[in-house]
Amino acid sequence: MAGTAVRRRLTWQVATVAAVFDETATVRTIELGAPDWAGHRAGQHLDVRLTAENGYTAERSYSIASAPGEPVAITVQRLDDGEVSPYLTTELRAGDELEVRGPIGGYFVWDADAAASPLLLAAGGSGIVPLRSILRHRARSGTAVPARLLYSVRSLPDVIYRSELDQYAASASVTYALTRQAPPGWTGHRGRVNAALLADVAWPAGRDPVAYVCGPTSFVETVAEGLVSLGYPPPQVKTERFGGPGGP
Amino acid sequence: MDALDGNAIGGVLHEVFGTEMTAATATCASCGATGPVALFTVFLRAPGIVARCRVCSAVVMVIVSAKGMNCVDLRGLARLDAA
Repeated sequence: MAGTAVRRRLTWQVATVAAVFDETATVRTIELGAPDWAGHRAGQHLDVRLTAENGYTAERSYSIASAPGEPVAITVQRLDDGEVSPYLTTELRAGDELEVRGPIGGYFVWDADAAASPLLLAAGGSGIVPLRSILRHRARSGTAVPARLLYSVRSLPDVIYRSELDQYAASASVTYALTRQAPPGWTGHRGRVNAALLADVAWPAGRDPVAYVCGPTSFVETVAEGLVSLGYPPPQVKTERFGGPGGP
Repeated sequence: MDALDGNAIGGVLHEVFGTEMTAATATCASCGATGPVALFTVFLRAPGIVARCRVCSAVVMVIVSAKGMNCVDLRGLARLDAA
């Protein structure tokens, strides 16, 4: 709940993979059964720890893809040179166990109960994941807070959650920016997000909006600076950086 | 090496401080800038975790984990107030 800091230890727990879904050619959603999961807020993440037979461990942080009240799920993009994501996206099967701890984070979170400001969500690539949790939470809560999503992605086949995002179109406008490849007849934005597109999509600053921006570092910097120059107060622009292109 | 931000170290900070810290308010000892820990520029694969002030780039936090123990250097911070 908004503003309540719950003091509790963050401990590793064993979760069981309940189901996996391929979202795109390189992105997979992993739904977890975690009996000790304390629940989460939209926008939070969790840590995953893999332990090799020789005891070597690798930890990664992943945004939670599901809404509060839903079974915890993460969406992982495969990085071919990654240590963890190839295992999670190609080897892991329903019934496998995974060590997780969470939920983590209290800055990049959105609570429907406390929300009044129009919501601007801006995603670069797999930065859509925590914003999908926010969109789902918004839809499930029935709040009247208006929302817009700006989603920068290489091409339409790289859009994660596409059919779900289409369903939101009636209540939350979705604008795609295709940075690499657009289909024939595409009338939407081509190329990276720029000041003109932001000015077009963003709620006017006078409506007291709040923005959540998540994606590769360069995307986040461009969008956050653009919103501030449109008059958004910096504290109203929440940012989460995934590092280089492609995500963590 | 790719820079992340303070959101990425929410887990280890929770482990160290026993509570959620990404929304905590930090004040840089070098330039005096104040803002949420989530805004730090974070490098995970330095020798240990290194967090820098987003305004002046001074090192504000170093966390080195070894043998199950976290060694934490906060000398770059003037203040750190949990949310």
